[in-house]
Amino acid sequence: MSSASYNFAYLSEQTKRMIRRALLKAIAIPGYQVPFASREMPMPYGWGTGGVQVTAAILVPEDVLKVIDQGADDTTNAVSLRSFFVKTAGIATTEATAEATVIQTRHRIPEAPLTENQILVFQVPIPEPLRFLEPRETETRKMHALEEYGVMHVKLYEDIAKLGQVATTYAYPAKVAGRYVFDPSPIPKFDNPKLDHNPALQLFGAGREKRVYAIPPYTSVQSLDFEDHPFEIQKWDHTCALCGSDDSFLDEIITDDKGGHMFVCSDTDHCRATQEQK
Amino acid sequence: MYVAVKGGEKAIAAAHRLLAEKRRGDVAVPELGVEQIEQQLALSVERVMNEGSLYDRGWAALAIKQARGDLIEAAFLLRAARTTLTRFGYSTPIATEKMEITRRISAAFKDIPGGQILGPTFDYTHRLLDFALAEPGEPLAPAMVSELALEPPVRVLDLLRQQGLIEAATQTSTSPEDLTEAPLNFPAGRDLRLQNLVRGDEGFLLALAYSTQRGYGRSHPFAGEIRFGSIEVMFTPEELGFEISIGEIAVTECDMINQFKGSTEVAPQFTRGYGLVLGQCERKAMSMALVDRALRCEELGEERGAPAQDEEFVLSHSDNVQATGFVEHLKLPHYVDFQSELAMLRQMHAEIAAKKKAAAE
Repeated sequence: MSSASYNFAYLSEQTKRMIRRALLKAIAIPGYQVPFASREMPMPYGWGTGGVQVTAAILVPEDVLKVIDQGADDTTNAVSLRSFFVKTAGIATTEATAEATVIQTRHRIPEAPLTENQILVFQVPIPEPLRFLEPRETETRKMHALEEYGVMHVKLYEDIAKLGQVATTYAYPAKVAGRYVFDPSPIPKFDNPKLDHNPALQLFGAGREKRVYAIPPYTSVQSLDFEDHPFEIQKWDHTCALCGSDDSFLDEIITDDKGGHMFVCSDTDHCRATQEQK
Repeated sequence: MYVAVKGGEKAIAAAHRLLAEKRRGDVAVPELGVEQIEQQLALSVERVMNEGSLYDRGWAALAIKQARGDLIEAAFLLRAARTTLTRFGYSTPIATEKMEITRRISAAFKDIPGGQILGPTFDYTHRLLDFALAEPGEPLAPAMVSELALEPPVRVLDLLRQQGLIEAATQTSTSPEDLTEAPLNFPAGRDLRLQNLVRGDEGFLLALAYSTQRGYGRSHPFAGEIRFGSIEVMFTPEELGFEISIGEIAVTECDMINQFKGSTEVAPQFTRGYGLVLGQCERKAMSMALVDRALRCEELGEERGAPAQDEEFVLSHSDNVQATGFVEHLKLPHYVDFQSELAMLRQMHAEIAAKKKAAAE
C-alpha cells in the first residue's frame, strides 16, 4: 500500500462520519464523555491517537494545521504528527497560532487568544476525571449521571487539610456549563482559565479509552475550588530568558551540573512573536 | 545552547535510518525472507495474527520482519494496516464441527470416537537443545499421518450433552456484537468477551488462566477437547444472494469442562469454558477457555472476587497494543506537567522554611 492509496486524512469516510456523529453529540452535551468506535491508528496509543482521529474527522482541504506538544511546534511527537497529516491529507501547516484553523495539542493551550474560526483539538490519555478515585467505568458513569461529585471535593479538601493547598497541578478538574465535571487533559492548571468562555471550539479525543468530549464556544468552564480556597494558577519568580514574557508558562532548562538553570516559554510561537515585537 | 534541547525532524529521520540499519543487522549474514518467517516461524505468525486481529500470514510475517521480531510491535503494525481495510460484511459463523482435523485430543476420555490425533505438537518432546538444527539439514521424508476419518468426528462435549451431563452451549444472540465497530461497554455480553480475549495478549491471558488454577477463581477444569485444523469460511455477498467459500483458515478450538452446577432438585451438570483462536495457538485457546469460564461466574451464580472473574478488569487490560502504547507513552515529553509539580513542591518547601524561620525568631 502506498501513501497515495490512503483516503484524505487517512481514515475512511465511513469512519470519519462515525467520529463526527460522536463529536456532534459531544458538542450538544458539553463536557459529557461520548463513547466512539476508536480505530487503531499507525501511531501507538498514548501518542495522541484520539486527537489524531478527531483532527482527521474534522479536517477539510482548506484547513491550516498547527500541531504542538508541551506548547512547542518542534518537539518530536508534534513533528511526527504534523508530518502524518502532511503525508495523508496534503494539508497546509503553520507554527503561528493566529494563522491556524485547527490546532492539535498535547498538554498545553496556546498563550495567544483563540478566535471563533479556530478549533482546538486536545489529546487525552484518561478522559475520566473520577478515574483515580473510582477505577470502575460502570461506577463513574453512574456518578456522572447522578451528578455525584462529592468524592472529588473530598479529595481536594484532603489535599488542603494535609498539604495546605490543592495538590493537583495539571489535569485539574473543572465543571462544564454547570453540569459535567471533566478532565481538561494534562494541561497545567495555568491553562484552565483559558478553557472558560473561549471563542474557539474545543474538542477532546481519547483513542485508547474510546471517548470524545467537547466544550462549545463561549461555554462556562469553572475549575473546582472552595470559597475559602479559591482556584489559583501557577506563578513564577522568573521571566522568560529569551523573550522576557512574565505571563506565559515557563519550562525549566537545566544548563549545567552545578545547579544552573534558566526558564523559557513553553509556547515556542508565543516566545518567537514576543521576541519579534521587540 | 538552548536550541540543542529541541530536536525534531532531523533527529527522527536519523533514528529511523539507524533503526533500519539495526533491523538488517550484519550485512554479511543473508537477509531474512518474509516467506522464511511465514514458513519457519509459523507460531510467531499465528500469534501476531490473533493479537493483530487479521488473518493474513504474509502481512503478519512482514510485520514480524519490520518489527525486528518484536511480536507486540508486529501485532500493532497489523492492527494499523487492518484499520484501513474496507469491510465487506460478516461471514457465516464457522462450523468448527466440520473442521478438517490435524490434531485433536481429549484429556477427559482415554479413547473417543474419531480417535486421539496428536499431530504436530511439542507436548512429548524432550526439551533438549537440538544442535543439529544449528546447521541447515537435508529435506525430511514426509511424516506418517494416520488416515483421516471420512466424517469429521463428533465433539466430545456433544457426547456428554447427549447424556445431559453438561450444560447446553449458550447462544447469546443471532448477530454478535463487534468491539472493533463499537466501543466496549460494561457489562459486556459473552460474544464481546470472547472477541476481546482472542485479540488479547497471550501472556496476560496465560497468567490469568494460571491464577484460576491456583485458587483465584477456581473452576476445576478438564480439557474436554482441543482440536486444530482448517476450516472453510463462507460468505454471502449481497449481490449474489447465496453463500460462497472465500477461503480456508486454520483455527484451534478448546472446549473446557468445568465444575458442575446444580442441586438436589436440579440434576447437576458440568459447565463450559470456550476458546477459539487463529492458527495453532493452543496455549492461548486453553487460557481463553479458562478465563471465559471464570468470567461466567455471575451468570452461574458464583461469588465474584478473583481478578480473572472481574470482567471490567480483564477486558480493559487484555489488549497489548493499548497497554504497550500507554505504558510506553511515558517516554514522550512531560515537561509541562513535571514543571507544574516541581513548582508546587518548591513552593511547599519555601512555605515550610518560612514557617521554621518565623518560629526560630
